[in-house]
Amino acid sequence: MLRKIRGVLAVLFFLGVTGLFLDFTGTCHAWLGWMAKVQFLPALLALNVGIVVLLVVLTLLVGRVYCSVICPMGVMQDIISWISGRRKKHRYRFSYSPERKALRYGVLALFLVALAAGVGSFVALLAPYSSYGRIASNLFAPVWQWGNNLLARYSEQVGSYDFAATEVWIRSLPTFVIAVLTLVGVGVLAWRGGRTYCNTLCPVGTVLGFLSRFSLFRMTIDKAKCNRCGLCSRQCKAACIDGREHRIDYSRCVACMDCIDTCRHGAIGFRLHRRQPAAATENPAPVPEKPAPTTEKPASAAGQPVDASRRTFLTATVLTAATAAVQAQKKKVDGGLAVIEDKKIPERTTPIVPPGAQGLRHMARHCTACQLCVSVCPNGVLRPSTRLETLMQPESSYERGYCRPECTRCSEVCPAGAIRKISVADKSSIQIGHAVWVKENCVPLTDGVKCGNCARHCPVGAIQMVPSDPGVEGSVQIPVVNTERCIGCGACENLCPARPFSAIYVEGHERHSML
Amino acid sequence: MNRRDFLKCLGAGTATVSAATLVGCGPRRNPSGGEAVSAVEHLSEGQMTYRTHPLKGDRVSLLGFGMMRLPFKGSDKSGKNSNEIDQEQVNELVDYAFAHGVNYFDTSPAYCKGFSERATGIALSRYPRDKYFIATKLSNFSPATWSREASIAMYHNSLKELQTDYVDYLLLHAVGIGQGMQEYEDRYVKNGVLDFLLQEREAGRIRNLGFSYHGDIRVFDYLLSRHDEYKWDFVQIQLNYLDWKYASKNDGNTNAEYLYGELERRGIPAIVMEPLLGGRLSNVPDRIVARLKQREPERSVASWAFRFAGSFPGVLTVLSGMTRMEHLKDNLLTYCPLKPLTDDEFHFLQETATEMMKFNTIPCNQCNYCMPCPYGLDIPAILSHYNKCLNEGNLPVTSENADYRRARRAFLVGYDRSVPKLRQASHCIGCNQCSPHCPQGINIPKELHRIDAYVEQLKQGTL
Repeated sequence: MLRKIRGVLAVLFFLGVTGLFLDFTGTCHAWLGWMAKVQFLPALLALNVGIVVLLVVLTLLVGRVYCSVICPMGVMQDIISWISGRRKKHRYRFSYSPERKALRYGVLALFLVALAAGVGSFVALLAPYSSYGRIASNLFAPVWQWGNNLLARYSEQVGSYDFAATEVWIRSLPTFVIAVLTLVGVGVLAWRGGRTYCNTLCPVGTVLGFLSRFSLFRMTIDKAKCNRCGLCSRQCKAACIDGREHRIDYSRCVACMDCIDTCRHGAIGFRLHRRQPAAATENPAPVPEKPAPTTEKPASAAGQPVDASRRTFLTATVLTAATAAVQAQKKKVDGGLAVIEDKKIPERTTPIVPPGAQGLRHMARHCTACQLCVSVCPNGVLRPSTRLETLMQPESSYERGYCRPECTRCSEVCPAGAIRKISVADKSSIQIGHAVWVKENCVPLTDGVKCGNCARHCPVGAIQMVPSDPGVEGSVQIPVVNTERCIGCGACENLCPARPFSAIYVEGHERHSML
Repeated sequence: MNRRDFLKCLGAGTATVSAATLVGCGPRRNPSGGEAVSAVEHLSEGQMTYRTHPLKGDRVSLLGFGMMRLPFKGSDKSGKNSNEIDQEQVNELVDYAFAHGVNYFDTSPAYCKGFSERATGIALSRYPRDKYFIATKLSNFSPATWSREASIAMYHNSLKELQTDYVDYLLLHAVGIGQGMQEYEDRYVKNGVLDFLLQEREAGRIRNLGFSYHGDIRVFDYLLSRHDEYKWDFVQIQLNYLDWKYASKNDGNTNAEYLYGELERRGIPAIVMEPLLGGRLSNVPDRIVARLKQREPERSVASWAFRFAGSFPGVLTVLSGMTRMEHLKDNLLTYCPLKPLTDDEFHFLQETATEMMKFNTIPCNQCNYCMPCPYGLDIPAILSHYNKCLNEGNLPVTSENADYRRARRAFLVGYDRSVPKLRQASHCIGCNQCSPHCPQGINIPKELHRIDAYVEQLKQGTL
């Protein structure tokens, strides 16, 4: 019974959290946004004391239920492990193994150091919820979006507006590669050894494991009923039951309740713990039947160095393609469409982070790189950073779209408080950067035509058009930016007709300010 | 009767055994009283209304085939993403038109990305040269082609593409657009091109010389004032029931009533273009559809426009740019033979025009003269989406509208579907290179900026 309840809740949570990453329309978040916000590490980083206390109390009460119900990474491993167990002769494929304390606490210590030092990328690599987020947003979401696009095509054919097509693109190759490696690494571990990742690498698992040693309710073996058959050990995906010795390692037990149903003698139960005279909770039991599968670090930083070369390669390809296509587009005949060259990302000295992030440091400190904001950004602005120190954390760029005045989605979904909730009114008064004019690219000067598209689209009226030659009345007009009023939304950069580099682009601000 | 029709009749005949073998082909209308398309199955040959040129005696079919909107290969047919005309389809259209009496084919070096003349030549060269009339133009879209040498080269190239050594009708293309008089002088007079064309007419390689007019009325008036000297054989004007009295509502256009009157006064035959306004008189608001259908439930909305244009006796032929077989069949049905408008019907259409003017449709006829926009916009698609939403009632005026949310979604989702994001109005920089090419005198940047501002209001929810 308990096992079934756990299973149902776990599936609900898993689907809910996954839904958050798939739902690019943002409707899901109104109802299920809390599912991301109750995740342990994000709540901790958001300094969401209530949630952290709640999770600690929950663990002290009933053990690591968090790991088997709330954590999507945990549930995903359970699903993989369950499928693996459905194979013939693999039902009872586990065995007890002793705790690998040095590894667990070593990783945790590293993690805490990284957290304190603000090395967001390392923190993000190990955090379970964000690892799952990256898998969901990089690998599951595209499938979902393709499905949506198929429906959109169909609905277009029948003249309905129920589905609108969405753009599917890899936002950052390194992050994509890390997501794939994480899935493969954790997947292999789960396929072979169940909860190996949770009980060796996962820092949240280690912390909660430490707490669950003292939990009020826990699995207990009734020595009177137990005949030491060892079936429970062989069914335990956390490898924490030493059935022969009647011992359970509570730091690793994720309270999945599988063993209760496995025991044919009703010897195991989830009961209120009473302190026994000979508390044998923590005796190291050096009788490993089989060494636990060696733990690999799932997501190595292998993906990082790819970036620079990839960008140059893509740029070169685009350039050659474009120059080949942009032949004399002089008007001789009617009809046809001019080729539009793709925009390229300008070299920004300071990166841009979305409004609500308060600044680069706040973002780096709080973000767990779960990609939730990236998944919901409807304008193609947010993408995972490729810089080493903030790897996978969100960053803004405007070559696909700009940070639209009516949109506050990323601030609404962020569970870690890295992007704080802002209102639509705040949106137009938070300065996240400022626009910089690049004379060489400006179309009135290069093409000699009237433009002013930047000024026309500036939502805060920070751009004016002035004569390029103050002496000459009626000379072509060029934009001037009032950096005091500019909020750095990127409308000007995105809608600038100059390609591939815009004649006006946004430089980020280290600290955002309120105008 | 060609093989195709014969087989159809045979099919119909055997299906309805009771009917006498081929009698079914006789009556024009489908006895079951279906829509135009089904009625057309019984369209018979030899019924076309012809007009005779008062000076040259050419016997011209009232329906002229405009080769400006030919089908391209690929899914969308509009040629936006294709550079190859669907020649097979063109041949089929021409064959069908020919079989039903169409003998006037109007093309230009600029049409269909410049591929129209060749396609026309290929299709027509399969018929004896004396069985059809070719109209082509000395086009003027690029100043690069304005020199005498380039113009003569363009003319000779037209002859080559059309696989002929003479042109039946040659037009100065769209005089009056752009800079008006100035542009006309620069394009045709100062470089001696008009003199060259007059010589060619003298030599018989141009059988009829005329011009097509849009825009600045001074050019039209000026050219007619020199009629005694130039002896225009015909003039091509935009005439339809909306432009009869309402063309001047657009800046820089002239009512067809005036244009036609001037030609009739001088006995110059008129050739009608844009009788359907690029489909705008077919794809009309629902209220107008109901109004027209109520009066003639079995005829298409478009048929009214063609009857209007064809009813003027001074009209030599009415051009229709037909992309699909359905267009052609429906038009043939209207002109085989023409049932001229009664006075009552004429007034009915004038009232309809007044009704239609209440909708602020942008008068874009999808002629594509403005394209390609150097900054990549798809101007006709943007304007057409706007008009479509207007016609379908998806243009909420305020967020208080009962239907606001649905209409907003239809507008925005439909916008992304009809126009890729990078080609939408937000990218219009207002360089105004397009407007001088617009035969309808639309201030394109102004309209695009207006649409863009409207889209912003919808997106930001500030309507």
